[in-house]
Amino acid sequence: MQQASGHTLKAFDEDIERLRALISQMGGLAEHAIQEAMRCLVDRDLDGALRVVEDDQKLDALEIETERRAVQLIALRAPMAGDLRDVVAALKISGVVERIGDYAKNIAKRVPQLENVGKIEPLSLLPEMARIAMQMVHDVLDAFVERDAEAAVRVCERDNAVDDFYDSIFRTLLTHMMENPHTIGQAAHLLFVAKNLERVGDHATNIAEMVYYAATGTHMADGLGRTVR
Amino acid sequence: MDMKEKMPITPTTPVTPSAAIPAAAHREAPSFADDAEPDMTDSAPRIDVSHQPNIEEASVPDLDTGRDPKMRADEVSVFYGEKQALKDVSIKIYDDLVTAFIGPSGCGKSTFLRCLNRMNDTIPTARVTGRIALDDEDITSSSMDVVQLRARVGMVFQKPNPFPKSIFENVAYGPRIHGLATNKVELQEIVEKSLRRAGLWEEVKDRLQESGTALSGGQQQRLCIARAIAVDPEVILMDEPCSALDPIATAKIEELIHELRGRYAIAIVTHNMQQAARVSQRTAFFHLGELVEYGKTSEIFTNPRMQRTTDYITGRYG
Repeated sequence: MQQASGHTLKAFDEDIERLRALISQMGGLAEHAIQEAMRCLVDRDLDGALRVVEDDQKLDALEIETERRAVQLIALRAPMAGDLRDVVAALKISGVVERIGDYAKNIAKRVPQLENVGKIEPLSLLPEMARIAMQMVHDVLDAFVERDAEAAVRVCERDNAVDDFYDSIFRTLLTHMMENPHTIGQAAHLLFVAKNLERVGDHATNIAEMVYYAATGTHMADGLGRTVR
Repeated sequence: MDMKEKMPITPTTPVTPSAAIPAAAHREAPSFADDAEPDMTDSAPRIDVSHQPNIEEASVPDLDTGRDPKMRADEVSVFYGEKQALKDVSIKIYDDLVTAFIGPSGCGKSTFLRCLNRMNDTIPTARVTGRIALDDEDITSSSMDVVQLRARVGMVFQKPNPFPKSIFENVAYGPRIHGLATNKVELQEIVEKSLRRAGLWEEVKDRLQESGTALSGGQQQRLCIARAIAVDPEVILMDEPCSALDPIATAKIEELIHELRGRYAIAIVTHNMQQAARVSQRTAFFHLGELVEYGKTSEIFTNPRMQRTTDYITGRYG
């Protein structure tokens, strides 16, 4: 159900916009963290990797701020229907985005341990996989801000690509490890990087489901048959 | 806003068997122990909750279970002179549910409530069309004994209106004129039972002879509820019963409504949407004399179907 006009009480609109803006801001930070972590991995930028790890605190702080504002909004404005679903979604999404930030941090933490990594072939696949996962995070948060259920569904559909990348990288690394046993340590780290990116894609999908429910009031699994497709 | 939208009498949630969630279909490649962050254990299998029974569904029957409603209105319209105040309202009221009527001022919700025990008869220019049945009896027929009807369908008003008599007499009056007690002891029993059900007994048992008007507002309102209960009604109509009360007295009335549910069919008109959400299992939203939407309270307040309902309950109306 569209929410055509604003609330009679203008401050209510401002509160909800504030909450959306916080989620957008968190999404931007998480996206940037993944991008930076991957860049540091490829460029062997140890200082940059350290910054990614430190910057994760910002996401943690924003998550707390989002929770505080959401609780306050529920207490003071008693939101109903679409508003209530939005606030609950914001609350949940902030937790998931924080987790996505943790994956970026985890990737950054591996940078110092990956020397000579350029010789391992799958490294060329990882940035592309990261790009898709990042784009999913970006698009799903746009969908939240726009209350766009169909955009959320499209994000879900892209998760398959990320999973395919993961399978492919997994197999390649396995082969590589068997052929070059001395690179097993390095390859294992790369495998975890791939796994982290795969999880980012899954989390984006989870967010998409939250966005879908917030926007339509139906769960995606129940609603897909009727509303979209 | 589409003003032509018609109310859905159908349940607001068609339950479709849930298809597989796309996200749940991701392949689990053999995962090496996630040495990632502590607490990064969310690669656990997703739990499919779609087949677990919904608690709320289980305790509140569906909208069309086919069981007989306590009261039903079919295409009821009300005219005040030339002006049509209510347009073809059809609704069912069940005896184990609290039904809340919400909507902006002048939407017809009180007018409709007053149809249910023919209080509109007291307004000379009012004309009611359509059919209203209590059990299966048409209460709009001229052969209906209105006094008897109002004993079966009691009413509590916005402003507490105890008789300027003793607390005891306020409650005893109805049973006495309806001949429900054969002697004084029985009458006393009815009075005590009614006051207990209205949650007032402990507060007034030592001063039953004091005037009802000497009580606090909240106590007066509970006295009025006791008075309605005393004639053993089947339905209790409440027209904004808490709007003149403070929050504590309001909470007591709401608690009372919870306790009375199941014993009586209850319909309540309220301007306070939080109150409708708190006390009712069914909500009907009225606007401009039409019943716009009727459904489970939990659905109406989380996922209303109609734009007008959404605008009203989220505070976007007007």
